[in-house]
Amino acid sequence: MNLIQWATSPWGQQVPIHISWTLLWVAAISALAFLIVHALYVSIWARPAHAQASAGASAMIADKIPERVPRHNLSARLFHAIMALSMLALLFTAFLPKVGVQFPWVTYHWIAGIVLSISVLYHIFDVFFYQDFWSIWPDKIDIEDAQSRVKRALGQSAPEPRKFAKYPLENKLYHLAVMLAGLSAICTGLFMMKRVHTPIFTRNPYLFSDMTWGWMYVLHGLAGVGFVALVTVHIYMAVRPEKFFITKSMFLGWMSREKYLEHYDPRRWPVTGQPPPAGAVAGDAESKKAPA
Amino acid sequence: MAVIRDVIPAFELFQPTSVDDALSLQSRHGAKAWVLAGGLDSFDWFKDRIKRPEVVIDLSQVRELRGVRAAGEGLEIGAMTTLTEVVRHPMVREKFSILPTAAEAAASPQIRNQGTIGGNVSQDARCWYYRGGWPCYRAGGNICYADTPTGLNREHAILDADRCVAVNPSDTAPALIALDAKMVVRTPKGEQVVDAENYFIGPATDITRMTILKPGDLLTSIRIPSTWAGAQFYFEKIRDRAVWDFPLVNVASAMVLSGNTIQRIRLAVNGVAAHPVRLTAVEAAVTGKPRNEETAEMAGQLAIQGAEPLQYNGFKVPLLRNLVKRAIRGAAA
Repeated sequence: MNLIQWATSPWGQQVPIHISWTLLWVAAISALAFLIVHALYVSIWARPAHAQASAGASAMIADKIPERVPRHNLSARLFHAIMALSMLALLFTAFLPKVGVQFPWVTYHWIAGIVLSISVLYHIFDVFFYQDFWSIWPDKIDIEDAQSRVKRALGQSAPEPRKFAKYPLENKLYHLAVMLAGLSAICTGLFMMKRVHTPIFTRNPYLFSDMTWGWMYVLHGLAGVGFVALVTVHIYMAVRPEKFFITKSMFLGWMSREKYLEHYDPRRWPVTGQPPPAGAVAGDAESKKAPA
Repeated sequence: MAVIRDVIPAFELFQPTSVDDALSLQSRHGAKAWVLAGGLDSFDWFKDRIKRPEVVIDLSQVRELRGVRAAGEGLEIGAMTTLTEVVRHPMVREKFSILPTAAEAAASPQIRNQGTIGGNVSQDARCWYYRGGWPCYRAGGNICYADTPTGLNREHAILDADRCVAVNPSDTAPALIALDAKMVVRTPKGEQVVDAENYFIGPATDITRMTILKPGDLLTSIRIPSTWAGAQFYFEKIRDRAVWDFPLVNVASAMVLSGNTIQRIRLAVNGVAAHPVRLTAVEAAVTGKPRNEETAEMAGQLAIQGAEPLQYNGFKVPLLRNLVKRAIRGAAA
């Protein structure tokens, strides 16, 4: 199977034109396979992910934690909603025609792309100046705990992993993948708008060589089919019962104190205005089971 | 650029004798199969070695696809009926004279003897970049060579272009739209009857196809209702060579008058977009108006609203305007 479709340009040069659309099915089936394997793993083999806070420490911290722990402010929630809607619009307009649902998709597609681009620009500005920029990037503790979790899952001895910061490592890696795929799709997509008639850009199909354009289409396509898998997995995770409190927080903006104390380390994710005393929580835990 | 060679690439030839057999073969071979009607479009592709089907399904032996039959007050024309048969058939000439006029204008006598009405409405775009085998949008690539700063696009689209600027070259298509014809399509799921104007699709919907036909589908006949029988018809085709050529622009109209007032009208043009364009706004604007110079002028101006000429086809804008004017005024005016 050719992963990339090639053609001969008028100058006799072999140039890529886009990805093989078989990759769409590869992405969809891979995502489905992941869902099945993950669901089986969680229900059958999953071991405790980390220790839980001790009752004493929890009580001490709990006094300082509000009933509703703020997690996503309105700005972040609006961004997420707009990004999600534009992403779904992009995926449907891109791939429904590929599976036989024919409609004039190009205009809807680039409009959704512009909405996504603006929302991402806003997000970048927001996180740089108003959010905790580093909270979404993997840190040393995440790596150490991930190693511990893998060793423990394989039956080896390893220190008990700590509870999560605001975002678990899986969230952080997912964000990283979405960021890379998203920036690839947006950058190539903005250039590709120079090839179609829009009121925004003056059309110039000769902006790049056929070879450069070809690779741009390939990268755009790879990011697109990548998003099929990423969005499928994201929706699956969002509706899993043990993760649903996180999903709810994306709509409501907060999570309960109980869930906060159960899953998160107040030292790594201090609740705004309510910093817990140093050394009060992690490590002195009473174990509860929670899936990885 | 493609070079015409003497020998076309080998393929497996099937000559079914019934529609069911043809559909069965199409179903068996899927996208590898090429349906051959008169061959006037197909053999160009084959000889240029740009289309290399593994299987060719020749419909010439399917008798049920040929001929003109009465269907109620209207007509049913088999998709494999030749253009000559359409031109000469007395019932067609009597009731729907615009169709023989359009079919006669489509090509030379030799081509009309071989070409079919099904093939004429289903033929592929004639853009030379596309026909030359260049990897353009329509060929599955990511560029329209005709819509570039240096593209030669004198014959290309001024309306409804979406990445690809090729035009539909059919002469009978706008006549059939003016007659409110229905296209009968057999698909693996059964029979589908589609209005002629919806049979054609533009690049915004599917950039690689000109019609709704997908692999496995077959246009079997064209039904013309009696709605416009005996109406006042107008067909005009402008082309570079009068002996035979594809249209630069053509226009077809069917009009019913009450005195000098336009009671109802259907109007379609081709050669200006990737699909024949029914001018519904013009139809609505002139209905109820007197058939005179003023109405014709207004119709012409309305027809070119939204036209976006390319570098070399700006002449198509006044051409379209004037043809629509003439269609409203009629031959007698």
